[in-house]
Amino acid sequence: MRIATHCRLWGRSLRAKHFVVAAMVVTSLLLISSQNANAIPAFARKYGLRCSACHESWPMLNYFGQKFKDNGYQLMNDRDSPIWQNPGYWPVTMRITPFWSRESVNKVAVDTAPTGEQKITTTGFNLSGLDILAAGTLDKNISFLLVPSSDETGAFHFESANTRFSNLFHSPWLNVKVGKFELDSFISEKRTLTLSANGGGYQLFHFIPQNDGNIFGQIGDNQLGVEWMGHSNNDRTRISAAVFNSVDGNVDLPYGQNAYTAFFAASQAFDTGKLGVQRIGGYAMIGQAPTTYLTNAGALLPGTGTGNKSFSRVGFEGLFYVTPKLDFQVFTQHGEDDAWFGACYGDIIDGGTPCTNNNIAGTTLPQGAKNPTWNGAFIETHYVWNPQFVIIQRSEWVRMSQQGLPGVANNYGDIDNYVIGYRYNPFMNPRAGFAFHNEYSWLRQRGTAPDGSDLTSNSLMLGFDFDF
Amino acid sequence: MPNKLQKLFPGLVAAAILALPLAASAQLTQADLDSHLGMESHIANLTGHAKDAKMAYRRYCLVCHGDLGDGNGETAQWIDPKPRNFQLGIFKCRSTPTGTLPTDQDLYDTIARGLDRSNMPQWSTFSNQERADLVAWVKHFSPRFASEKPGDAIQIPPEPEVTAERIKAGREVFARVQCWKCHGATGQANGPSSSTLQDDLGRPILPFNFTEGSRPKCGSDDKDLYRIFMTGLDGTPMPSFADNIKPDEAWDLVFYLKALEPQPSKERAMAKQLALKPVDPNAPAGQQ
Repeated sequence: MRIATHCRLWGRSLRAKHFVVAAMVVTSLLLISSQNANAIPAFARKYGLRCSACHESWPMLNYFGQKFKDNGYQLMNDRDSPIWQNPGYWPVTMRITPFWSRESVNKVAVDTAPTGEQKITTTGFNLSGLDILAAGTLDKNISFLLVPSSDETGAFHFESANTRFSNLFHSPWLNVKVGKFELDSFISEKRTLTLSANGGGYQLFHFIPQNDGNIFGQIGDNQLGVEWMGHSNNDRTRISAAVFNSVDGNVDLPYGQNAYTAFFAASQAFDTGKLGVQRIGGYAMIGQAPTTYLTNAGALLPGTGTGNKSFSRVGFEGLFYVTPKLDFQVFTQHGEDDAWFGACYGDIIDGGTPCTNNNIAGTTLPQGAKNPTWNGAFIETHYVWNPQFVIIQRSEWVRMSQQGLPGVANNYGDIDNYVIGYRYNPFMNPRAGFAFHNEYSWLRQRGTAPDGSDLTSNSLMLGFDFDF
Repeated sequence: MPNKLQKLFPGLVAAAILALPLAASAQLTQADLDSHLGMESHIANLTGHAKDAKMAYRRYCLVCHGDLGDGNGETAQWIDPKPRNFQLGIFKCRSTPTGTLPTDQDLYDTIARGLDRSNMPQWSTFSNQERADLVAWVKHFSPRFASEKPGDAIQIPPEPEVTAERIKAGREVFARVQCWKCHGATGQANGPSSSTLQDDLGRPILPFNFTEGSRPKCGSDDKDLYRIFMTGLDGTPMPSFADNIKPDEAWDLVFYLKALEPQPSKERAMAKQLALKPVDPNAPAGQQ
């Protein structure tokens, strides 16, 4: 959820912007706090396989790892039930990343600066958050994932908590998951190979236009609901549908009483001979979320949200191999929020949001308000020199095609993000994962600096990423 | 009066003869293996090249089968059954007669099917070409593939219609060729020999339990079952019965084995209707 915070913090109202930018340096360091990524040596210990069997480079899944996940964390070799394990086997993994970084922001509002703003650069050692990944099978075809996750201060939340019933009626097309889970995009931000503050997540997985009150349509955040998923025996064909509360994964239903979102994904892989297997697919997220809340003595009543308005995110994704060592992940998105969200109605429960508008009776939209819409894409390239060394590059762009409110510059809030780095695993065994991670990322957001110009920031990160 | 050397001579000769197989199966070196990197496989229209599978083997297979393909990967010590030693060129799952090399297609199928009740998963996610390359890579570990040709795949006659008579006849075959000695009278892997079985390398091995619902290692359809007992599982105590069971009887045995399995099937339903009892190990021949 860190990029969500990131985007929200990066601009709603001008009033909030000064606070936002002033906190940018600190925030950017916090953003790296929790990768929430799933690379699970507990699986390697259970099955005696190296990380490289399931991960192109951990934590990014390869095709075999995707199939393992789609089978409900099972290899389907009759050794999946925990009854086959030594009673001392404990299906738990922990991941944390100590690192050094240099974070720089071009314009931060500063009282003592002659122009009221200045560039701030910070360097130093830091620590990521901790992920505790407990996952495995409870019995044949019944699996679980539980991820208590903390930020770097030790404040925990449940990033994932779900149970999955796999191969119902002996069919790989009938798998049902209930709880809090990652949405079924085969390009997974939870398993991204990038970690830095400005490049650690996918912007499109959390993008919200400036001054928009919709926090609910973030495909990168784990959600609370139920998912049906089906796949062919060799996983060439995958299809899924999920329904979840429009609460952005937050527990205790803090928002609406009857607001749901649906997420659909489908993909097909093709055998292309020497190049391996290529995959192409699409997704659609369609949902509603509240804009109206009851109050008592002026205070908001959680869970009373009504006045649902709609939003959508649709796009294509693909994983293409140009050579067996070089692949491209491509992801696109067209997004649209209802005009009410664009006018800063929506999430007024979250203390971190600057939107405070409540769509009570008699409220009207500002003159000329429209549905904010945008388009975006990223291309992420991996050159796998060998299973222990991978070079990563990502270029990502988000472009507003229609602003929610009149008078706002067409390119206000547009994003350009570039990342380059490498991960080197000095050893690889079926017990633990360790990678030396070096990455540089650069981010520009149009018109969001304190003076209304472009805000740019960059991160340089050197870390020791390990899990065991 | 023979001198000391003459006295020792018979013993030395015996020792030399006994050492021959050891020398023949001596560990191959990397240099030996590199000399076979030109190994190819041929599966339908595909030609696999060993050299193209090096990275895939390192990524997926090396941890169990080892750098030299000798089954001594870093995980090998922890898992049971142990990984295959490719250098020996002995494979369980074949369509070829016992003692012969498998066809490329056999190895190709094994990679995708995996081996149930072992750590070998179903590597069905590879592209066909990747799998063909891996077959060539597996072959390059054993000098047998450089010097011998694989056997001819056995002929499997068309599967006849299952009948109650055939299931009863299969029960007779089960008793006659003494399947029960290892697999038990009820197919529960509890025959009198079951606890004493060892593979060719002297490691304990269990017979297949037909009643627990697992899939046999070399495939679970009717033809696979037929093939298993007509070719044997080389390297294990499971012999080939090609000389003891006629093709028609083999199908009878397949139907009887299917009747032992817990999954709902025509064979199981018929056996229930017949109220078939387990074979009696003490019954005279032909009087089951």
